[in-house]
Amino acid sequence: MSKDKSKDILEKASSLRWEVGDNFHDKLTEGIYADAANISQRVEIKEGQGDYSFDRKLDRILTSRGFGFPIMFLILSVVLWLTIQGANYPSGMLATLLLENIHPLLKQGVASIGMIWWLDGFLIDGVYLALAWVIAVMLPPMAIFFPLFTLLEDFGYLPRVAFNMDSMFRKSGAHGKQALTMTMGWGCNAAGVVATRIIDSPRERLIAIITNNFSLCNGRWPTQILIATIFIGALVPSGWAGLTSTAAVIGIALLGVVLMFFSSWMLSRTVLKGEVSTFALELPPYRPPRFWKTIYTSLIDRTLIVLWRAMLFAAPAGAVIWLVSNIHVSDGSLANWSIEYLDGFGLLLGLNGVILLAYIVAIPANEIVIPTILMLTVANLNMMGLGAGEGVMFELDSSLETGNILKAGGWTLLTGVNLMLFSLLHNPCSTTIYTIYRETKSWKWTALASIMPLILGFVVTFLVAQFWRLLR
Amino acid sequence: MSEDITKGCDTCLFYNSAQLKKLGVNVDNADHVVALAGNPNTGKSTVFNVLTGLKQHTGNWPGKTVTRAEGGYSYGDKQYKLIDLPGTYSLLSTSEDEEVARNFILFGQPDVTVIVVDASRLERNLNLVLQVLEITDRAVLCLNLMDEARRHGIEIDERTLSKDLGIPVVPTSARNNEGIPKLIQTIQDVASGKIICKPHRIKSLPKAISKAVDKLNTQIRNAYPDLPNSRWVAMRLLDGDQDVMRALTEGEFQSLEYSEQG
Repeated sequence: MSKDKSKDILEKASSLRWEVGDNFHDKLTEGIYADAANISQRVEIKEGQGDYSFDRKLDRILTSRGFGFPIMFLILSVVLWLTIQGANYPSGMLATLLLENIHPLLKQGVASIGMIWWLDGFLIDGVYLALAWVIAVMLPPMAIFFPLFTLLEDFGYLPRVAFNMDSMFRKSGAHGKQALTMTMGWGCNAAGVVATRIIDSPRERLIAIITNNFSLCNGRWPTQILIATIFIGALVPSGWAGLTSTAAVIGIALLGVVLMFFSSWMLSRTVLKGEVSTFALELPPYRPPRFWKTIYTSLIDRTLIVLWRAMLFAAPAGAVIWLVSNIHVSDGSLANWSIEYLDGFGLLLGLNGVILLAYIVAIPANEIVIPTILMLTVANLNMMGLGAGEGVMFELDSSLETGNILKAGGWTLLTGVNLMLFSLLHNPCSTTIYTIYRETKSWKWTALASIMPLILGFVVTFLVAQFWRLLR
Repeated sequence: MSEDITKGCDTCLFYNSAQLKKLGVNVDNADHVVALAGNPNTGKSTVFNVLTGLKQHTGNWPGKTVTRAEGGYSYGDKQYKLIDLPGTYSLLSTSEDEEVARNFILFGQPDVTVIVVDASRLERNLNLVLQVLEITDRAVLCLNLMDEARRHGIEIDERTLSKDLGIPVVPTSARNNEGIPKLIQTIQDVASGKIICKPHRIKSLPKAISKAVDKLNTQIRNAYPDLPNSRWVAMRLLDGDQDVMRALTEGEFQSLEYSEQG
């Protein structure tokens, strides 16, 4: 019975639609605007005409043709430089505390209760050291980077970034709002992928999802910063080291942006053809950030949550690393065998077997790539003097020592540069891959989004390695 | 009502904690469902966080919330479930984030819809307010970002605004905790029926169109007497909204009626 009523209503609606013509939507919208204007005229009392002159002046500078981009680079540089310079000292202190002081205590503790050697190794040398490493390496840069980034966000700067980059995204066939999801990706790619929901057109949304991985995320900034400090910063006198490594990291981040444009352009010319849609981007007013509240919430919400995630993945990874280093097949450990197996391909790319194995172990979280690399390097070289045993992540309280280990493992400047490139260009972490699947509901697009950056990474590192070797 | 609450009390932690219990995500048996709607970047998530004690990420850019977040608080002896909807400029378009908001207000039937607006951009924000008021007749206008409006030399005549819209208006500055107690009290008054709203209906329509709307509205009302937003449904049908058509054929409106009574 109610089915009939509904049918009657629909029929009536369609006949009335004929009567009113197809401008119903416009007339309704006009009516709403007229009512809104009437009411606001009655109730709004403006002294002067609402003083936004400061916002406008600031916008004229921050989004101007001439200054917009230089100011963006400058701000990004300052944020990164503060992170790199500021993180060094607390990182060293944390490493001393967690690795040099607490680790031996734990070892003594378990020795005194007589724990079996492999359980001791598995828990203390595997799981605990992996966790300690992640905290020492990641906490300080995050505790500086996130609050700074959040302050910028609260101030209202991100929409201006989007405004500046809008035309470039449109030229590459993508949606201008992709600039916003790109900046979200600089925090976390999974969050960036979810944020693409603000893009209405499915075609442009897919482009934004697939290319979000080119935004360096939380898990990768520390890798970039550390490797740049070790290999690039060391090329210049120490007074310039901070600035030079900052420049190198920015170079990688910008390369990511360029590749995002390029791959968006490729996608919109091939598998995702279509028109660019227009949209209105509201530039919100600048708001003075609430300084302490921002610091507090970004520390609690972002830093600790990301750190927790890293630890969650680091613990099992530490265990796996310890296992593959301690399970022996004929005359070598599982780790030795797989590194040897991957070495040929790795060297072809200007990387090595250790790095490739580390990237396989670290699929769940990019954060643990560097700890894994160091640990595997030591295990593989059997540098017993440095490491405390096979599959043990050891104490490294300065980037200098980290550098020495890596150089002992056969690393060169090329390895450092290509690791930075590969860290930008490889498959997204498993959380992001899962998020892409959830958002696109398609294995096809998920596979494309996961494999495309990896192939690009192979190609780029391969080419760099070949040219490098040619030029030498 | 809470006229006796002076401004000094608003920002006082002791006052707030005595009355308001932030329940975080614990909202299993809520007495009232409250939706937070509004334009992007008007501070909905900040209001949400102040009320629930949760920490939805807030940021100064439009489109930050893309999914709906849920939390709760209790006030007096009632428990409230609060839904933070994605910000939208209108309920007439079809992007995915806007659809979340639209469908929830239309089909989720919140007991109270709090429309958060930017006091310094009232005219633009009113477009959405007027659309929401076509859908629901239990709403509160949260005139947020009052500090910003004041800084820009804008004052709002709240009483006239309240009279014109037919719903209570509460000026707030959520990030400074200003006006929040009054907001909580007003939500309770609307939810309990102490305040009856007479929401504004869109007036400036050409004759032919408003006639067509009325005709269809009458027929819908006859078929579904308990549907509170029949006029909006009529407008959406005349606009050819596929979602609303589907909801009608699949009997979603019918189930709404029953849940209303139950």
